Amino acid sequence: MKEFLLGKLDAHALPHEWFTIGGTAAFILGAALIIGLITWKKRWTWLWKEWLTSVDPKKIGIMYFIVAGFMLLRGGLDAIMIWLQQALSSGDSYGYLSADHFQQIFTAHGNIMVFFVAMAFIFGLINYIVPLQIGARDLASPFLNTLGFWLYVAGVVMVNMFFALGGEYAATGWLAIAPLSGTQFSPGVGVDYWIWSLQVSGIGTTLGAINFIMTILKMRAPGMTLWKMPLFTWGSLCSMIMAVTVFPLLTATLFLLFFDRYLGMHFFTTDLGGNAMMYTNLIWMWGHPEVYILMLPAFGVFSEIVSTFSRKRMAYYKSNILGMLGVSAFALSVWLHHFFTMGAGANVNAFFGVMTMIIAIPTSVLVFTWIATMYKGRIRFGVPMLWFLGFIGVFSVGGLAGVLLAVPPADFQLHNSLFLVAHFHTMVIGGVLFGIFAGINYWFPKIAGFRLNERIGRYAFWCWIVGFMMSFIPMYTLGIMGATRRLDHYDASTGWQPFYVLMLIGGIIIMIGVALQLVQIIASIMQKQRLRDTTGDPWDGRTLEWATSSPPPPYNLAVIPEITSRDAFFEFKQRGGLPRAKYEAIHMPKNTAAGIYISAFAFLASFAFVWHITWLIVVGIVGIIVCFIARTFNDDLEYTLSAAEVEKIEKNRLKDVRSEPRQGRDDDEDMGLWEFIKIVVTWALGLIGIRRRSHGN
Amino acid sequence: MSKKRETHTHVKMIGSIVLVLAGLALLVAFLLQGKNVALFHPRGMIAHEQLRLMLVTGGLLLVVAVPTLVLLFSTAWKYRESNHRSMHDPHVRYSKLLAVGMWLIPSTFMALLAFIMWPATHKLEPQKPIAADVKPLTVQVVSLPWKWLFIYPDQNIATINHLQLPVDTPVRLQLTADEMPMSSFWVPNLAGMLYAMTGHSNTLHLIANTPGDYPGSSAEINGAGFAGMKFTARVGSSEDFSRWIDTVRASGRPLDAAEYEKLLKPSENHPGALYSAAETGMYDKVLMKYMDPSGSEGHMHHGAHHE
Repeated sequence: MKEFLLGKLDAHALPHEWFTIGGTAAFILGAALIIGLITWKKRWTWLWKEWLTSVDPKKIGIMYFIVAGFMLLRGGLDAIMIWLQQALSSGDSYGYLSADHFQQIFTAHGNIMVFFVAMAFIFGLINYIVPLQIGARDLASPFLNTLGFWLYVAGVVMVNMFFALGGEYAATGWLAIAPLSGTQFSPGVGVDYWIWSLQVSGIGTTLGAINFIMTILKMRAPGMTLWKMPLFTWGSLCSMIMAVTVFPLLTATLFLLFFDRYLGMHFFTTDLGGNAMMYTNLIWMWGHPEVYILMLPAFGVFSEIVSTFSRKRMAYYKSNILGMLGVSAFALSVWLHHFFTMGAGANVNAFFGVMTMIIAIPTSVLVFTWIATMYKGRIRFGVPMLWFLGFIGVFSVGGLAGVLLAVPPADFQLHNSLFLVAHFHTMVIGGVLFGIFAGINYWFPKIAGFRLNERIGRYAFWCWIVGFMMSFIPMYTLGIMGATRRLDHYDASTGWQPFYVLMLIGGIIIMIGVALQLVQIIASIMQKQRLRDTTGDPWDGRTLEWATSSPPPPYNLAVIPEITSRDAFFEFKQRGGLPRAKYEAIHMPKNTAAGIYISAFAFLASFAFVWHITWLIVVGIVGIIVCFIARTFNDDLEYTLSAAEVEKIEKNRLKDVRSEPRQGRDDDEDMGLWEFIKIVVTWALGLIGIRRRSHGN
Repeated sequence: MSKKRETHTHVKMIGSIVLVLAGLALLVAFLLQGKNVALFHPRGMIAHEQLRLMLVTGGLLLVVAVPTLVLLFSTAWKYRESNHRSMHDPHVRYSKLLAVGMWLIPSTFMALLAFIMWPATHKLEPQKPIAADVKPLTVQVVSLPWKWLFIYPDQNIATINHLQLPVDTPVRLQLTADEMPMSSFWVPNLAGMLYAMTGHSNTLHLIANTPGDYPGSSAEINGAGFAGMKFTARVGSSEDFSRWIDTVRASGRPLDAAEYEKLLKPSENHPGALYSAAETGMYDKVLMKYMDPSGSEGHMHHGAHHE
């Protein structure tokens, strides 16, 4: 009976180690705090109606940002824990973590950073910006979008669930290479949590990708041909097409691994004809394109920023697009370079080496188009532009290391060493994360209605750059010294320790950078009156997202203009503003909670799969199906904003634009760090009742 | 902040970045003194060739990357808003030639690299025997739960975590694994790595040209004992090698089926062991265990499924 009710769950699954107790306590405290705050402010209905059930891609985008931001802190903490262990654990000292716990941490670090941080930020940006850029009011399927987001949230909960129940995450490395991830070598629930957190969020990604492809292809403003589409939208389109191509492969691979583990099948086991090398192939057929799925929207972000901040049209626009398309096409045929060392033979290795080198060609073309765009421009070094320059510096180092790794005989020496780890961190942090930071600094005024503090933004940037060099130059060096990745201990005679210590120091500087980014946001909120963007166009932008107010009304653009050129909004500004037209009634999709319900059932089902609770599996799957069917019977999907209402919203906005003349962008009176600390300290002292006597002096 | 001050701040920032980089480079160079920088200290022909290839490729890449980066950063700097001397022309016309050039330049370099890489990949393919006058030494390597078993079939001895090699003699390593996930055999001073997998025999050829002790490890994660799965590759003269064989033979403990069963039990940071004899055909038996379901009973977790 107990087994029927609880499957393999028992008292041992409850937290009993310092990190599971700590993690669980932190989550419970955090949740209690948030629930208390919402209850106290009586905001439950507001939260449910305005946010959680929203189908507005702008709100879903913001929710992606918030969850991804928290996950970034979680993954960053993992990174510091990894580096601390490695800095300590030399010779007779074995550090503060067991090998198994250490392995779980770097596995979680990889999964969280790729799936739940990078992917989520990219989806957040695409959600918010793409519909605005193409002049759409919402997405092709608003429901699929909310479903995708909530499946992602279910994945986030799943990846953190082991703290509370089970006590172990996969200790296999982020791709859970077989046969290590089979029951023979990983009998616990860790790998099952891994499978299901990726499975659920991965299906969300596939749905999201289908939705964005449809939206971009079918819902562009009249006149916006593909060759007039903004580059961020282009990057997103390439990325989403790749996602649709390869994410089903991940889904299938995860299912096969799940069949091995749950049903005792033998796809990837060592015995009975299982072939672990097949798993390695399948997972990298998805895994390599995945990197480019993240990278292409980031390339798009940089193209937008370079063009806007140079006050020039994008140069060699078509070459840039062909570059992105080239990257997408070739990214599908390079996966084998992740395991030259498996022994496939010279011809196979050399072929995939050449394919990998070919990818460097379109990538270099992108760099040339950015140089040409800056040529004869008037470049403002705002924070987004700084991130672009930082990206170029870091990304080229990573790219060069990448081409080196593409040469099979060299890869035999560099593979699985810290050189490789340093390479992909310089790519993903330098390319994707810097792109995300650039994008957030660039579009923040649009999203929040006020721009971000530039001064503190610069400090954060420099901390990131210095910390990054401090960590990753030693990491490349360690790789050359022959240090393999994922070591929880090494001999003192290797002489590696000083380099690991440098990496830790660099990591701490990066963390200070992250803290400064939080300070940047808080300080901007404190100064938001002064930083307010009343025009909707704080950077003298060129694309349509700047044509509406900041933040935009639910319908984005009141009147969707006929597009005649590539930098549509810039052209309109040259001609004295958007064409005037009569406001018309706008149909908007209604909010729905179906995505939440379906994701909740999907979560239950996957939780039940992890713990072998058969009745709950049935409940979960039946719940998903019933919710889907119920949703299809709902015909009341839209509401209408009358022309009068639209006119009222737009009049208010235009009044704002006229009342306050646009402030010069360079009057740098942003709050400095020192000023921020003074304000916070004064506020904190006031809170605990200490009044400074010198206050009046 | 005025334009001038802004420029000043940027100059200061760029200066500090250069300083930090230079400082780091000096520090790294200082810390590397007297250490085994495995990839830059090749002690065998294969590792040597691999390093040469890395340097050639790296150098070639820098030839195209450095000018591109200089061009990018100097363009960004030259056309900064506060520089009133530079021409601003938002309607500048771009040459078609340049559009072709930006595709051609990287393509040419990559083609050049590919022409270097293709033959090098064949030349340095680990399965390819090394040509030499001396008869190659065969060592069979089995990755066991967190230790390396080295079987010398011709000498009929075996060791744990110790690989003795005669200098200037080509070595043919056969790699497999037993009761282990994928492992990766790596002695960076001698040659690149290759995977050791159950039911699969990979061949890695290498040669050591300088006597000495070189660290070896598993470069692929394979469970809790992964970090401790280390061994020493000791390279000595051929006389040293024969003497060593004799010592091992005299040690008196053979590797039989019972002893092998013990080795299959997981153990971490194994101190190493020497076996005076090894059962003939042991390596093939380990391989066959995963090929033939009937031979796998007792070891396989899913043994119950195949009736």
